[in-house]
Amino acid sequence: MEKENTHIEVKHLRMAYNNFEVMKDISFKVKRGEIFFVVGGSGCGKTTLLRHMIGLLVPTRGDILYEGKSLIFGTDEEKEDILTKFGVLYQAGALWTSMTLLENIALPLEQHTSLSESEIREIASVKLSLVGLRGFEDFYPAELSGGMRKRAGLARAMALDPEILFFDEPSSGLDPVNAKRLDDLIVLLRDSLGTTVVVVSHDLTSIMGIADRLIYLDAEAKSIVAEGTPKDLARNSEDPRVVEFFTRGESTKWKS
Amino acid sequence: MVSQLEIKESEGGVLLVFLGGQWRAGKNVHSIGEIERSIVERRDVRRLCFRVNGLEFWDASLIAFLVKCEDLCRRNGVVFDIDDLPKGVKRLLFFSSKRVGGEVIEAPVEMSFLGELGKGVVDFFVGCGDVLAFLGELVLSLGRVIFGKGHARWRDFVVLVQDVGAEALPIVTLISFLVGFIMAFIGFTQLKRFGATIFVADLVGIAMVREMGVMMTGVIMCGRTGAAFAATLGSMKIGEEIDALRTTGISPFDFLVTPRVLALLFMMPILVIYADFIGVFGGLVVTSSFSEITFAEYWQETQVALTMKHILIGVYKSIAFGVLIALTGCLRGMQCGSSSSAVGDAATSAVVTGITSLVVADAIFAVLFDALDM
Repeated sequence: MEKENTHIEVKHLRMAYNNFEVMKDISFKVKRGEIFFVVGGSGCGKTTLLRHMIGLLVPTRGDILYEGKSLIFGTDEEKEDILTKFGVLYQAGALWTSMTLLENIALPLEQHTSLSESEIREIASVKLSLVGLRGFEDFYPAELSGGMRKRAGLARAMALDPEILFFDEPSSGLDPVNAKRLDDLIVLLRDSLGTTVVVVSHDLTSIMGIADRLIYLDAEAKSIVAEGTPKDLARNSEDPRVVEFFTRGESTKWKS
Repeated sequence: MVSQLEIKESEGGVLLVFLGGQWRAGKNVHSIGEIERSIVERRDVRRLCFRVNGLEFWDASLIAFLVKCEDLCRRNGVVFDIDDLPKGVKRLLFFSSKRVGGEVIEAPVEMSFLGELGKGVVDFFVGCGDVLAFLGELVLSLGRVIFGKGHARWRDFVVLVQDVGAEALPIVTLISFLVGFIMAFIGFTQLKRFGATIFVADLVGIAMVREMGVMMTGVIMCGRTGAAFAATLGSMKIGEEIDALRTTGISPFDFLVTPRVLALLFMMPILVIYADFIGVFGGLVVTSSFSEITFAEYWQETQVALTMKHILIGVYKSIAFGVLIALTGCLRGMQCGSSSSAVGDAATSAVVTGITSLVVADAIFAVLFDALDM
């Protein structure tokens, strides 16, 4: 892999809660402009991995590099610099419930840019219409449905035009149609803005539909047991755990 | 109908168990006592078999019974033969038995008293460490916010000031008026015997300004504002809102904790001075309606009794109390767990920790001011 092409690099990461080891030693690279999935059964530590990658948890060993800069060992300014370059869509949206949608999107802009108030308002409106929420500027998160909240969360994640977007279980809690719409939106963003996308998911439809590459985590092995394109893994993997996942536990292999 | 259980022994060390009737939870189902006795008494049992011809109804109670039988068999080295059980029972039994994925999962061992004690001590020191880390983080954040480099918003601060200041006025008014009223009443009835009723003004004035005004306001703010801080931050934590702030590059300390601490730090002295006046007024109402002492005389006596020193002591304490209340509220909120009862626990804990720390701080102040001859 060429050096310039690597956007995120995770090196020998060990994750643990107190004395409970979640993952032993994981290393992988995410290429620029790629839709990268972190896949695995429930409770295997994929959300934990995400929380490490976005700086909410500190690994007990290893390093995470964004364009070669460390999120773990950098200075506070360097870390804040990295943080403003990515956006996160949390599982339930995690909108700031005491603020309107517009204020939610405006806050990162207020804090990290020197735009005027009217410019911020314009940009926030654009981001909202991008996710199909034009006209909802003055609504509070509590007044929206789960799917709308998720889309508003995405608008907020995109507020600072991030180079990387993280998604935590984007399709959970959405009906198939809305889940598909969100998937399409992810692809649209990548294609039009060149955003690198990291998705944590166990939704087979999304994985087969939009993933460029994925890693499969296993709770017992405490490491990555497979890496590759979804088609390749679904067709050619010999690992019983991966085969089981891609065939929903049935012994027959996935045919696409 | 109730459950039926019959045990027959057949050749080759086989114990036959006939299950019949209705196995309904809570309707006197059989225990495994009889089977256990048979297995223990006759040492040659090698296999436990079941016959279910008379079985009319079964629910989870039968499964629980069979799981216990299986456990019993494992302990005694007896083969647990479930071939003749109905298909549904067998399937449920497979999931209910302790075998998951082929291996037996042991329940976690309960800790001994010494273990619990040790854990408690370690937890206490870890808790102290957390408080210190929180304080350190607050000081850093205060520095950032004061020098304009932090992520606090002036707008939020104004709303907080209104919330902890102006909106607390009604309750502070009521409580301090009544405290002044009660003190004057007790003082009046006692001092009347010596014909020294005018000294009620001294009593109420000094007690209110030095102790009661700041203490009662502190307790009110603990219950009102400290709990609100803990609940707000706690539910923000559960909703991943605090994580979202962090990953947006906004320090939750700058944005949430420091404005709250500052708001209470500025509002507490003002509230306390207000409470002092209302308390003195409460005393005035009692004195002027029960004795000959006039408004002017009472006010004159209060002015003589109160020096700047007394007022400053109350104000100093109020600043410290304000910081303590905001700190405990925010600390408990940020420490909030992730279940729905955790927010309630955080609010409760904020009030308990808050009031305790107020009383302890007040005791320290009493000694300190005495040493400083104030």
